[in-house]
Amino acid sequence: MAELTYRNAVLAALAQEMERDERVVLLGEDITSGGVFKTTVGLVDRFGAHRVWDTPISEQAIVGAAMGAAMAGLRPVAEVMFSDFYAVCWDQVVNEIAKTRYMTGGQVTLPLVLRGANGFGSLGFGSQHGQSVENWAMCVPGLKIASPATPVEMVGLLAAAIRDEDPVLVFEHKALYGVKQPAPEGEQFIPLGQARVAREGTDVTLVGLSITVGMCERAAAVLADTGISAEVIDLRTLVPLDAQAVLGSVGKTGRLVVVEENPGQLGWGAAIAALAAEEAFDDLRAPVIRVSGGNVPWPVARELEAVVDVSPERIAWAVQTLMKHAAAPPRQH
Amino acid sequence: MSAGDIGVSPGDSSFAEAGPELIQLLTPEGERVEHPDYAIDLSPEELRAIYRDLALVRRVDVEATALQRQGELGIWASLLGQEGAQVGAGWALEDQDMAFPTYREHGVAWCRKVDPLDVISLFRGCDNGSWDPLATKFNLYTVVIGVQCLHAVGYGMGIQRDGSDSAVLAFLGDGATSQGDVNESFVWASVFAAPVVFFCQNNQYAISEPIEKQSRIPLFQRARGFGFPGVRVDGNDVLAVLAVTRKALEAARTGQGPTFIEAYTYRMGAHTTSDDPSRYRLASEMEAWKLKDPIERVRAYLIRSGQADAAFFESIEAESDELAARIRKGTTEMPDPDPSSMFANVYAEQTPYLREQAEQFAAYRASFVASGDGAPLVGSEA
Repeated sequence: MAELTYRNAVLAALAQEMERDERVVLLGEDITSGGVFKTTVGLVDRFGAHRVWDTPISEQAIVGAAMGAAMAGLRPVAEVMFSDFYAVCWDQVVNEIAKTRYMTGGQVTLPLVLRGANGFGSLGFGSQHGQSVENWAMCVPGLKIASPATPVEMVGLLAAAIRDEDPVLVFEHKALYGVKQPAPEGEQFIPLGQARVAREGTDVTLVGLSITVGMCERAAAVLADTGISAEVIDLRTLVPLDAQAVLGSVGKTGRLVVVEENPGQLGWGAAIAALAAEEAFDDLRAPVIRVSGGNVPWPVARELEAVVDVSPERIAWAVQTLMKHAAAPPRQH
Repeated sequence: MSAGDIGVSPGDSSFAEAGPELIQLLTPEGERVEHPDYAIDLSPEELRAIYRDLALVRRVDVEATALQRQGELGIWASLLGQEGAQVGAGWALEDQDMAFPTYREHGVAWCRKVDPLDVISLFRGCDNGSWDPLATKFNLYTVVIGVQCLHAVGYGMGIQRDGSDSAVLAFLGDGATSQGDVNESFVWASVFAAPVVFFCQNNQYAISEPIEKQSRIPLFQRARGFGFPGVRVDGNDVLAVLAVTRKALEAARTGQGPTFIEAYTYRMGAHTTSDDPSRYRLASEMEAWKLKDPIERVRAYLIRSGQADAAFFESIEAESDELAARIRKGTTEMPDPDPSSMFANVYAEQTPYLREQAEQFAAYRASFVASGDGAPLVGSEA
């Protein structure tokens, strides 16, 4: 059976949507030569230079021009290379792109996608090229956020992002580019805002996104050997957020562990924990636990990389600790 | 390298004064002059229509400033003194061309047939400007300095790819030329030969900072370093602005790439109604610019050349009064937005989270006493 890597899944989604809609154009640095992560290989030959624009090294301009091109009726897919570089062009993303639909009273909508290679994964990229930054965007009304966990997920979610009427930030995890899966047949499309149950379980709910979904699955396999049945939810998108999927699972298990790669302080997991506190209070049999990356600028040294990130082992340890939690007796008045 | 090595220094005529490069077709005294590169031939009807636009735009501005002083607007960014630059640029646009304004382009808005009340609603704090940017081909006002230049370039690349015969006019001020976005837009417009014209109104001040704080060379000369032509036009000469902008837009439409136009003008009012320019500039400077008024010179030319009579000017005066009265009435009668409208148009399709917030907000609102005294039911006798 043919295999599909996460890297080629990006390429497959771009090609599928460019084939489908002539208004889809790509812009970014080095994309006609295939892209620094080899996610746009061959697209210029297949679709022509009028649809694949190699740009100067100006992140503000890449996203700002994407907005202008969307206003002119195109559906631009802009690549900022490393998602860390959103910091270079954040004004255009936050103050312009995110707010255009709202400020124009719905008269101008921006069907554009911003792509960036995101995340850590012990690859030696260091503090300024190795961050997971979905949570930056989650603070900004008007943006949608997709962060696919597998090759098949990547094709369907990126396709949905390109077809969406609103600006969507799609985060590609660098450590997943080489991951393989059997290639799916036919056109792929996964609606934004629908979480996925990656593994069913009854004792505890593990909520992950992007690379942490696989970590949760590996943790769940280990936990199963110790008699703990963990359910793994892949959020797929942070905005729209499938709250019902999380609440439904917590309703079944009574325990919630949220696993995020970004530094813990105001990471997206805090929003999931707050959701459970507000809406699943009666279902919870133990405190909500967050497993997150170290709250530090991420190190470049291999020895430190190995410990700063979340891991299946840390997740399993957190769950085992959580399972020992006994419900407090009712307070005496 | 000293400033002298690049041919200018603060105080040089080419720097602080307009200098010999200034393109002019109508002198401050209202005398028509010719220029070797720029010609213009307008009928008496067109000239009178230009005068009418200049006069009405000024009246909109004066009325809006008065409304702000009376507490009816939160703020107003006056265009006083820049009517010639804006009406000239507005007249140069063809219907299919797209314009990306800053927050001061009330004169261009007028030329794009945007109702002044749709602009004023922004400054009154009712909405963010209620015109349709794509239907009017005039984007919403942009209040983060310079960002719109990149939108203009992206829009230009979009229509260029579609083989359109239209062009894009990006407005910016002298201060914006120091922004990264603006410099990136110059690079991009240049390398993609995007059909964009950058129209910089150098009104000499970025709030309180004089142009010397932004540049050691005349702004129009910067374009050369980016690889496209830059011209300096008398921004208070509506005819020259029209001729120069028309030519630049035509070059853009025909694949010749961008042009940078420095419309050399002066902000006669404050940056906005929130500041006091007497704290940072001399009254004598303003007196000198008063003699270069963009409207008076057209009036003088129309009279001297016999293209307009007293009855025409009286009719414009009467129309101005009517317009001012309509603006005053329309402003004070502007309805407050419905609170629940707050949740609309964040996304094309509302997210579940927003829907939930909207429902909670509606429930909270419903808890208030219906009599309208503002007291919530919670904690009250009721």
